[in-house]
Amino acid sequence: MKQNLNFNTSGETLAVSISGDFISYDNEETKIRLYSLARDNNIKRVRVDASALGQWDSTLVIIIFELKKIALQRQIDFEQQNFSENLSRLIKLAFSVDRKPAQPDTGSGSFLENVGMFGIDIYNSVIKGIDFIKKTWGSFVRSLAGHSFMRGVDLSFALEDCTYKALPIVSLISFMVGLILAFVGAVQLKTFGAQIYVASLVTIGMTRIMGAIMTGIIMAGRTGASYAATIGTMQVNEEIDALKTMGVNPIEFLVSPRMIALVITMPLLTMWSDFMGMLGGGFVGVTMLGIPFQKYWELSIDAISLDNFLVGIFHGLVFGAVIAVCGCYYGIYCGRNADSVGSATTKAVVSSIVWMIVMTGLITVSCEVLGI
Amino acid sequence: MSNTQIQIEAKNLTIGYGDYVLMKDLNFSINKGDIFIIMGGSGCGKSSLLRVLTGLVQPLKGSVFVDGANFTSASPATKDKIMQKNGILYQSGALFSSMTLGENIAMPLQLYTKYSAPQIKELVSLKLALVGLAGFEDYYPSEISGGMKKRAGLARALALDPEIVYFDEPSAGLDPVSSKLLDDLILDINHSLGTTIVIVTHELSSIFAVGNNSIFLDGASKSILARGNPNDLLRNPPNNTILEFLTRGEGKNA
Repeated sequence: MKQNLNFNTSGETLAVSISGDFISYDNEETKIRLYSLARDNNIKRVRVDASALGQWDSTLVIIIFELKKIALQRQIDFEQQNFSENLSRLIKLAFSVDRKPAQPDTGSGSFLENVGMFGIDIYNSVIKGIDFIKKTWGSFVRSLAGHSFMRGVDLSFALEDCTYKALPIVSLISFMVGLILAFVGAVQLKTFGAQIYVASLVTIGMTRIMGAIMTGIIMAGRTGASYAATIGTMQVNEEIDALKTMGVNPIEFLVSPRMIALVITMPLLTMWSDFMGMLGGGFVGVTMLGIPFQKYWELSIDAISLDNFLVGIFHGLVFGAVIAVCGCYYGIYCGRNADSVGSATTKAVVSSIVWMIVMTGLITVSCEVLGI
Repeated sequence: MSNTQIQIEAKNLTIGYGDYVLMKDLNFSINKGDIFIIMGGSGCGKSSLLRVLTGLVQPLKGSVFVDGANFTSASPATKDKIMQKNGILYQSGALFSSMTLGENIAMPLQLYTKYSAPQIKELVSLKLALVGLAGFEDYYPSEISGGMKKRAGLARALALDPEIVYFDEPSAGLDPVSSKLLDDLILDINHSLGTTIVIVTHELSSIFAVGNNSIFLDGASKSILARGNPNDLLRNPPNNTILEFLTRGEGKNA
């Protein structure tokens, strides 16, 4: 049976007649005409007759729901005639909405107000960040002195995660970076016949900065993200609340072992990264430039200066602290839903990388001033 | 133990977040040994009130007194001391997922008692047995069901023999049998140890089964709409909102 949606006005009444099988009704044009008629100021009553209605689905309920909503908004009569019990019940159900749960007012204010709120937000997050760093530092010192809630087993797990479990990826990436540095350098240096300096280029580049930066980026993506996700999930599962109500300082319990682990292992990983980068450079030197490996290695060792090496290690140490602080900060201040954990993880990685670059800038300028 | 001795008292308590007020000027007291129910519709601020009572969140105004001492403005050291009187069962159990059930329950004992390792082991076994989980010491939270997690969470909450145990929606996500078991457990703890129990819930069967005192929070007026024994409130509802709530919206036909 064909679906029909007929309507006409007689005086102040809009009479709507629904007939046939109302399945997947999609005549938008007719619906729009019907709704605009119902909104007409001359209409004071809407009457819907479903006496010849066969089968129906939600597309019909939508039409009646919309009409009734318009009638309620305009405070005019709405009359349902010959509705089946099921249809009436469904319409009633659609209007039995509970009151909205209490929600803070998030209405948008003026431009000035929004700029002010933005400024206050930034100020608050800076204060929160400084407070977190202060608390972390205090906990770090107490943990090193053995006066904290930190458990040895948590420290050993964190150390395990930052050492041999991180080695394969740090090795691979560092080898590839050394290889790329050597390759790019070789192409340029070859034009001057100075390809022998590839070994020095790679060694100085890796030991001074690249080893630390590459290790930092890998550890930010691997370990920093994992810290934010783990601690964030603990926040969602109320585990951090449980710690607080047990009188346990979550920063000592959760942040200190991670911080100590990264501060200890990042310089070691940086050293390993330097070594792997030099090996990567050696691979290009031997295969592309035809330099014997022993000769290449001697040139590399000669190019290592203690200053460069120590600056690189210091970078690693600072990056370790930066990654631990960023990962744990976003984990601790994570919201209480799954979405917040994802967001905390992303923010932890992005801010770790940003702060690592900022710290690199600061260290570089400081070294320049100090003549290192 | 006297049942009229006030253990927890809220004075002019206003709770909320930032500028947003959830509840205004709440005044109520919880007697020692009471099973006190905080009830109300979803989103009205029951769990937020619990977070204030347990010291996780500061109120916007007012104070909470525990055994006469101002808990809200106490120094961190005093607060920690008061917190040790509390056991809390969170909605999800909040067990530390990286630890076994035994380690979870042993943690507060290791932190706050001078018991030896074998003594702690015995206590852990006892607490687990009390909640029907004897022999589950080496299981991880991920290896047990939701109901078991709650019971293990309760065992941890009871580890230090607390004077007050708070429950946040204990029946949420439990089947009727597990929910009934937990209700029985709450009654047993209250009767045998005289522990004061504070429960945030909107589960009617639990409210009537265990509660002997209550407050009803109303989100619209941001205040306490009724107080007293839940069964008395059902018999003589002070207003229609309470009647509707306690009869699942069926009013006098219930």
